[in-house]
Amino acid sequence: MAAKVGVLALQGAFQEHQKMLADCGVESRPIRKPEELKGISSLIIPGGESTTIGKLLQDFGLFDVILQMGREGLPIFGTCAGLIMLAGEIAGSRQPRLGLMDITVERNAFGRQVDSFETDLEIPAIGQPSFRAVFIRAPYITGAGAGVEVLARHGDKIVLARQDNCLAAAFHPELTGDRRIHNYFLRM
Amino acid sequence: MEKGTWTVKKGLAEMLKGGVIMDVTTPEQAKIAEEAGACAVMALERVPADIRASGGVARMADPTVILRIMEAVTIPVMAKARIGHFVEAQILEALGVDYVDESEVLTPADEAHHINKHEFKVPFVCGARNLGEALRRIGEGAAMIRTKGEPGTGNVVEAVRHMRMVMGEIRRLQNLPKEELMSAAREMGAPFELVAQVAETGRLPVVNFAAGGIATPADAAMMMQLGCDGIFVGSGIFKSKNPAMRAKAIVAATTHYNDPKILADVSMDLDEAMPGLEMASVAPEQRMQDRGW
Repeated sequence: MAAKVGVLALQGAFQEHQKMLADCGVESRPIRKPEELKGISSLIIPGGESTTIGKLLQDFGLFDVILQMGREGLPIFGTCAGLIMLAGEIAGSRQPRLGLMDITVERNAFGRQVDSFETDLEIPAIGQPSFRAVFIRAPYITGAGAGVEVLARHGDKIVLARQDNCLAAAFHPELTGDRRIHNYFLRM
Repeated sequence: MEKGTWTVKKGLAEMLKGGVIMDVTTPEQAKIAEEAGACAVMALERVPADIRASGGVARMADPTVILRIMEAVTIPVMAKARIGHFVEAQILEALGVDYVDESEVLTPADEAHHINKHEFKVPFVCGARNLGEALRRIGEGAAMIRTKGEPGTGNVVEAVRHMRMVMGEIRRLQNLPKEELMSAAREMGAPFELVAQVAETGRLPVVNFAAGGIATPADAAMMMQLGCDGIFVGSGIFKSKNPAMRAKAIVAATTHYNDPKILADVSMDLDEAMPGLEMASVAPEQRMQDRGW
């Protein structure tokens, strides 16, 4: 059986990630229960509400299993709410998080919905042209440890970063049809 | 850098998918909703059941109430403007709410015209009973649609009717030869470009939630199985005996809508649901769904 990418499907834009993966020629599977994690080659944690996703991860027994798989090297890609789930520190919040990356994040850091925006990002790791990035009530990374590779900034703010097997984006590459970041993740 | 673009407006609705948006009237209720796993809250002065009971003119909530709720939670906060009341919408945008619901739950301010939602940076959600109504609202700039159902009744029958209607009409469009799409657009009273797009893609161009009468985890899961993207619960939570437990159960049921065993588990020991209204007991002039066109 070909390796499948798991897409956490508790709440949020998981279908958009699945469409994107299909466009990349990769099979995916929605994950709602721990037994569905078995045999996946990597995992995407989508955008959505991080408080909602965090609670459902704990209530349905997924949290510890994903944490363990992440520590053992399973590639995990978090977008927006998914980035918050990967962070070790969330400014001003004690909400559940996996903490697999040595980063500090601030939620809704660009403001409320009326401040949500689109912009072009320079991302050397995926090359030219620049990447159209959609930020929705987005977080950004305010601090990153020595093991973290910063892949993109918006102004001086870190919005794309990698640490070993984990990739985190403050924006939504699943919404724009540009496959380059998904392809980067699939090669990790 | 562009703000308030169509992608950004529609994008927030994408992030709400698979979630539950709950009506709240106080910061305390908003915290209960957030704690239960709501993906957003709707800030109101009164829930629909109370608006229905008290009668009179229902307007946009006092900005103080909305601001207090915005301060209480980190999840998105929506608020309602009257149908056609573009100044209430301007005020809500100035307050910084995350979504405006141009809602039939409030007394309409304009019987002929809805708000021109393209003029705003803040995104709008609007109610619909059928595909034509949904596409008219999208044509006016709504970035998210919900069924109208019949708010404040605790009776899911109208939400089901509207969801089946929208889904059925989409399936019908998909089967029409191209030359019949223009007359379909004329019959539905919907913009041709949107009709052609739906016929091509087989789905609404924006996220579509269910609303209006959802009171139990089973109601929520049923609406999800009928094909909606997420759930609004108005009176159903804070008019029930144990709001915190019911809220949590409806969140779980919306995620696990296809898993009857989990649905059974979360439906246990919930205490009483809100009192319901039989549709025959709702007088024609009290039907909220007939407001707007």
